Amino acid sequence: MDITFKQVDYTYQANSPFEHKALKNLSFHLPGGSFTAIVGHTGSGKSTLLQHLNGLVRPTSGSVQIGEHTLEPKKKPKQAKELRKQVGIVFQYPEHQLFEETVEKDIAFGPRNFGVAEKEIAKRVKESAAAVGLDLSLLSRSPFELSGGQMRRVAIAGVLAVRPRVLVLDEPTAGLDPRGQQEIMDMFYRLHKEQQLTTILVTHSMEDALTYADHMLVLDKGEKYMEGTPVKVFQDRQALQQVQLDVPEIFQFLQKTSERFGKQVAYEGENVDRLAEQLADLAGDKHE
Amino acid sequence: MYAIEFKNVSFRYEEEQPYVLRNVSFQVEAGEWLAIIGHNGSGKSTIAKLMNGLLFPTEGEIIINGIPLNEENIWEIRRQVGMVFQNPDNQFVGTTVRDDVAFGLENRGVPRAEMMDRITSSLEQVRMQDYLLHEPYRLSGGQKQRVAIAGVLAISPSVIILDEATAMLDPLGRKEILDTVHHVQAAQQLGLITITHDLNEVMQAHRVLVMNDGEIWTTTVPRELVKRQTELQQIGLDVPFVTQLAHALERQGITLDEQPIDHEELLDALWTLHSNK
Repeated sequence: MDITFKQVDYTYQANSPFEHKALKNLSFHLPGGSFTAIVGHTGSGKSTLLQHLNGLVRPTSGSVQIGEHTLEPKKKPKQAKELRKQVGIVFQYPEHQLFEETVEKDIAFGPRNFGVAEKEIAKRVKESAAAVGLDLSLLSRSPFELSGGQMRRVAIAGVLAVRPRVLVLDEPTAGLDPRGQQEIMDMFYRLHKEQQLTTILVTHSMEDALTYADHMLVLDKGEKYMEGTPVKVFQDRQALQQVQLDVPEIFQFLQKTSERFGKQVAYEGENVDRLAEQLADLAGDKHE
Repeated sequence: MYAIEFKNVSFRYEEEQPYVLRNVSFQVEAGEWLAIIGHNGSGKSTIAKLMNGLLFPTEGEIIINGIPLNEENIWEIRRQVGMVFQNPDNQFVGTTVRDDVAFGLENRGVPRAEMMDRITSSLEQVRMQDYLLHEPYRLSGGQKQRVAIAGVLAISPSVIILDEATAMLDPLGRKEILDTVHHVQAAQQLGLITITHDLNEVMQAHRVLVMNDGEIWTTTVPRELVKRQTELQQIGLDVPFVTQLAHALERQGITLDEQPIDHEELLDALWTLHSNK
């Protein structure tokens, strides 16, 4: 599903002493099936942008187009419920929102709320649990008896069970151990591909942006600061540092290597093994 | 005398239930920085809760500055062991930064004049003295955690525990906290225990204790630990970028004399190789 922001402004508590412009003249277009990373320092407008995606808030001016749905100022979206069905948001620490007696009921809550037939719900619960790698034997357990990583999977399965076309992920790996982080991100990437989702990842991790995203949006003080492929955005370290961000560690290391050896060592879409080859060549060069 | 000593500590929440910690023994010296790592559910946070009496061992003994911890002396122990938790929003009680730092002091009946001194000096140590009358909830995550650290410093503990205190922060906030903690720890010779998933944070510690399934997997120095990349990955952990790169270089036939722990050490080693060609 395509997502288009056209000159979106969003102002909190307008016409009051607390007036605060959270988004300013924000325009961008995300084609259906893309994987976009949104980065920005705390207070850059990421969360406000996110709340527009399923109509939790409407722009103060400008418009937001999500598939067939349009969000405009002062006009209640016609089918807000339909929009929310299509845009699944995994909030930060989603496991804090679990509340049902069993894993099964928790996963079923979303689709049940949207009026999906019971037979279909049962099918979706199983599918979603499998998609996030939860053993079906856990379905009858209380979600509160599970480990943190499992609880997060239950919460994510609940979002998937509604069968969204757009998946919005707000810092989905926070608090997980390194293996858990990679498993969850790999799982989202697989779902993104398999279900041809349009995925939006809000993250502090430049590494994740580089690994998973094909498009990147950098926000600063509510405005679009940079946009492009991650590799392109990461070419300009200085610009990112000006807004208190940085490039992934591999780019930092390449920059230091270039300086030390007085020779440009470029990023070649690599993993550490490719980088090691480059370095081996460099170190093996005859000293002039 | 150790700042903290665990002697054969085991813990389970209830009889019948499985142990979450089994036979854990280690020591932290005064002025030492120990990082504790381990997969989710490995027992790291249980250790933290045992250290300041939020939980008590099922078996074994915990000794803080020579005093065995028990239910009678927990209030004294809590003055000596300060804790900073993960979520910056869950640990504020005051409506201003100053009130918040004062809270712990008031609880302990510190006289007013001394309280003012301690608030000022602890906020100076975390470089938040200019925010005395600010409302905590308007601060950034990194600033909030610095105020939380000031609140702990104000009661002059001998050990500070950071339980995933940087996990919810952005990279800049993380750096702020680590720089602050590093500075305070060195200046005051505090014992410091950081419980973390952040590998670059681990590399700065003096020693590292690795937990796996409720048991100590190893206690070593960071430089030695990262040599065991494959094993670490098997227990759900990882090694920093620079270690991964050093291992990839080995696969290219380049062996470094010493395991590098940061970019500069690795670049130095490569430069030496290059210069000797």
